[in-house]
Amino acid sequence: MSKPSDLVQGTLDMLILKILALEPLNGWAVSQRLKQMSSDVLGVSDGSLYPALHKLEQRGWITAHWKLSENNRRSKFYSLTRLGRKQLEKEAADWNRLSAAISGIVKLKEA
Amino acid sequence: MTFEQWLYTLPLRLRSRFRRKQVDQELKDELRDHLEQQIKENLATGMSPEDARYSALRALGGVMQIEQRCRDARGGSVIENLVQDLRYGLRQLWRSPGFSSLAILCLTLGIGANTAVLSWIEGILFRPYPAVAHQERLLALAGTARGETGAMGISWPDFLDLQRSCTLCDAFFVSKITSSTLNIGERAEKTTGSIVSANYFDAIGVHPVLGRGFEPGEDVGSDAHPVAVISYQLWRSRFKSDSQIVGKTQRLNNVPHTIIGVAPEGFYGTFVGWAMQFWVPASMEATFESGGYKLEDRGARWIEAYVRLKPGVTRAQAQEEISAIATRLENNYSATNRGRGLRLWRLWQTPFNTAGTLLPTLETMLAVGAFVLLIACANVGNLQLVRSFARRHEMTVRLAIGASRARLLKQLLTEGLILSTLGAAAGLLVAYWCRHALVLLLPARSGVAMYLPGEIDWRVMSLSAGICLIATLIVGLVPALQTRNLDLAGALKAESSGVVGARGTAWVRSGLVVFQVCLSFVLLVGAALLLQSLQKIRTTNPGFSTTNVVQTGVSLIPAGYDVPRAKTFQEELIARVRALPGVESAAFARVTPLGYGTYSSTPIAVDGYQPPLEEQPTVDYNQVSPDYFATLGIPLLSGREFTRADDENASLVAIVNQTMAARYWRDQDPIDRRLQVKGRWVRVIGVAADSKYESMRESPKPFLYVPLLQDFVIGPALNIRTTQPLQSISAALLREVHALDGNLALYETITFQEQVDRSTSPQLVAVTLVSILGGLTLLLAAIGLYGVMSYSVAQANRELGLRMALGAGAANLFRRVISRGLRLTAVGVLCGAIAGLALTRLLGTLLYNVSPNDPLAFASAVAVMTIASVAACLLPAWRATRTDPARVLRD
Repeated sequence: MSKPSDLVQGTLDMLILKILALEPLNGWAVSQRLKQMSSDVLGVSDGSLYPALHKLEQRGWITAHWKLSENNRRSKFYSLTRLGRKQLEKEAADWNRLSAAISGIVKLKEA
Repeated sequence: MTFEQWLYTLPLRLRSRFRRKQVDQELKDELRDHLEQQIKENLATGMSPEDARYSALRALGGVMQIEQRCRDARGGSVIENLVQDLRYGLRQLWRSPGFSSLAILCLTLGIGANTAVLSWIEGILFRPYPAVAHQERLLALAGTARGETGAMGISWPDFLDLQRSCTLCDAFFVSKITSSTLNIGERAEKTTGSIVSANYFDAIGVHPVLGRGFEPGEDVGSDAHPVAVISYQLWRSRFKSDSQIVGKTQRLNNVPHTIIGVAPEGFYGTFVGWAMQFWVPASMEATFESGGYKLEDRGARWIEAYVRLKPGVTRAQAQEEISAIATRLENNYSATNRGRGLRLWRLWQTPFNTAGTLLPTLETMLAVGAFVLLIACANVGNLQLVRSFARRHEMTVRLAIGASRARLLKQLLTEGLILSTLGAAAGLLVAYWCRHALVLLLPARSGVAMYLPGEIDWRVMSLSAGICLIATLIVGLVPALQTRNLDLAGALKAESSGVVGARGTAWVRSGLVVFQVCLSFVLLVGAALLLQSLQKIRTTNPGFSTTNVVQTGVSLIPAGYDVPRAKTFQEELIARVRALPGVESAAFARVTPLGYGTYSSTPIAVDGYQPPLEEQPTVDYNQVSPDYFATLGIPLLSGREFTRADDENASLVAIVNQTMAARYWRDQDPIDRRLQVKGRWVRVIGVAADSKYESMRESPKPFLYVPLLQDFVIGPALNIRTTQPLQSISAALLREVHALDGNLALYETITFQEQVDRSTSPQLVAVTLVSILGGLTLLLAAIGLYGVMSYSVAQANRELGLRMALGAGAANLFRRVISRGLRLTAVGVLCGAIAGLALTRLLGTLLYNVSPNDPLAFASAVAVMTIASVAACLLPAWRATRTDPARVLRD
């Protein structure tokens, strides 16, 4: 069973929250969106996506409703909660700080 | 988790807990929805329907694994998993009742033995007086003498001085065991009680349920305050819970006492081992103790005391202060206190009650308990291994459908927890049943209510819980080791995969059996050593005859006899006893050897012997009547016995023992030499052989005899040399006593052999307990060996069949199995012997004249172990001979 790399493991939650912040989606759509947005670089398997979704729901960051999708199928849609929005802001801020720090180091000119 | 988060997630949690089916169904729907969309997508790219489906499945990964991970993610709650594991575990255990009950039985033995020992240690050594306030700060106080090792009494004036000057202690109180004849209506019986200081009940924080305790000043004066507090049991049983009891009069030792209070239920006094029935103030001492009024005599050391430290004070600090006070007393009262000190003892080392005698036994039992627990766990571990082999398939399937290894481990630990919790519960029950078992091992004494309770309090409970957790880990982790090398594909292909794993298991299992044999062997050696000690101790020549001599006594003090009356009575009685048919001789003595009475001791001065500076030579002595040595069979080495002529009007004489002659007269003949006893010069007229005085274990010590008539005691013990059986002599004796005075009661009549047996009962307790537990571990080890051998015979079926087909006879196969079993035993015994050589010395004082490395003990342990091993291997070996080669080879 393929597992996301360590980097993704830590940021998968944030990515999902970000995607859902744009609009409520079902699992399939989230996986498609992940693939597009990360240009397949992250290689998140669908196998890891669902446990992550359930975990986020369990934490109260996203909430789920069964709705009919555009092609008239009953499908489970996830949307961001108020808590999730706060969590996303916090994680995004953390991420920005971390990536700024790392890219700063990477860009150091060798003497 | 914040409150808001709780609000969001609570309904979810409740839903996944109580609507599990619906939640599972939704999960399945969600994943199916995903798959269907993926398939649609794939079809759109032009794949065939079949390819589209497979590709979608591959992209998603194992559906069942994902479901499980989602369940883990949302179920998340620890409790839910635990409940699930518990239910599953219970079902599993229920399904193999044979395994479960055997495992629980083993753990019950292991945990029960430990809990019982711990509860005894708690109830007898650490928390012996549950009703007493702050007993954790309580210490025992006893006297010491320079040049002597044992604990002595303390004199009343010394005690008062201590009480006045000590600043580090909250309370000082006296509690000296005594006995009394209690006459209620027609019935007269002996009971045990305490002589206490007036502050006793206040100091220990025990408040009588009826009436009051003693008041200050009630321990002052000679026979000045005849008041008594009685125990709750006595009140219930003998006074029929009379609510008007306070103020009534009760004769104790024939002195009317006013009952002023009833002690609360569950208070048994402060003497480990015996339940006290009454308490009297120290002012009544002369009524209960021989030797007259002693409250003003600094030289009379008769009391036993306790102190309670102030909070935060250590024993060492208090000891320092008390030693300083003792030194001051020594300087101020050198006539009585020269060389005398005071020492604080921890409660579990209290030298003057049963705590001190049982301490080495209980210490040993602690180690033995640990052994039993380890052996029991090894046995259950072994059973688990067999079972885990049978459960390989189950485990593999669970792994394959997405259970994580951690989850499996949790499952196994949960099963271990169920087993050990049930074992611990049953073990607690065992300990509860056994809480009074120690009393059964000690010989009964008339007039004494033995009380040695195990105490199961929160400390014992938490230790047992700890033991239970250790057992859980051992029992749960052994099969978990097994799942580590599970090979998914291989195991799913079923039986063929067994071989490698089985070989690994066989090794672990053999190791466990060797471990069991080793521990069990050490216990067997221990039991053998203790048994030998007991035998040695009981067959050691005490220096007096144990056969054909009986001892008893008449309680004269309680009947109100004074010295002249007692003198007449005792003379008449001894004359009548001598005239009885079958009586060879009879003699009085104040104290019987090895009895409960304590000898008086006296400072001595010997003509021509210069004691080392600062040392006051002191010897114990006994007041004996003519014929004493002949009656007890103590040989006289030179000189003569006391005769009727050595009375109060004759010159003072004494008989010394061999050791005393050697020490103070340097092996010159002491006959007709002088020594000073209690300040009076006496002449030595004889030398008696050494004998045992207080304990069978003591080494020879100086001892002195003086004639009863020159140092008179009312109501001494009566020793009779007779060929008559015990019953008839005691009946005849009672007739004679009643012919002289119908109101007198006779003490229990026992043989000297009985006396020796009673005095060695702590050894008996140790032997019995170690033997019982040693036997149990032997049984457990044998079961373990049996299990391993049966299993390996079953595994080696094919090999055995082949051998048979190639012409090996049944006898040959039989020998093979037995010798394999014996090889395991031999390794275990070898390890056990090495461990034993190091460990048996820990038995220390429980051993008597036996080396901890005694070859006989080791040899007999080897023999017992070998027999048990052969017995354990018989059935598997017999099964091996029944192998049907044709069938085995066909399969």
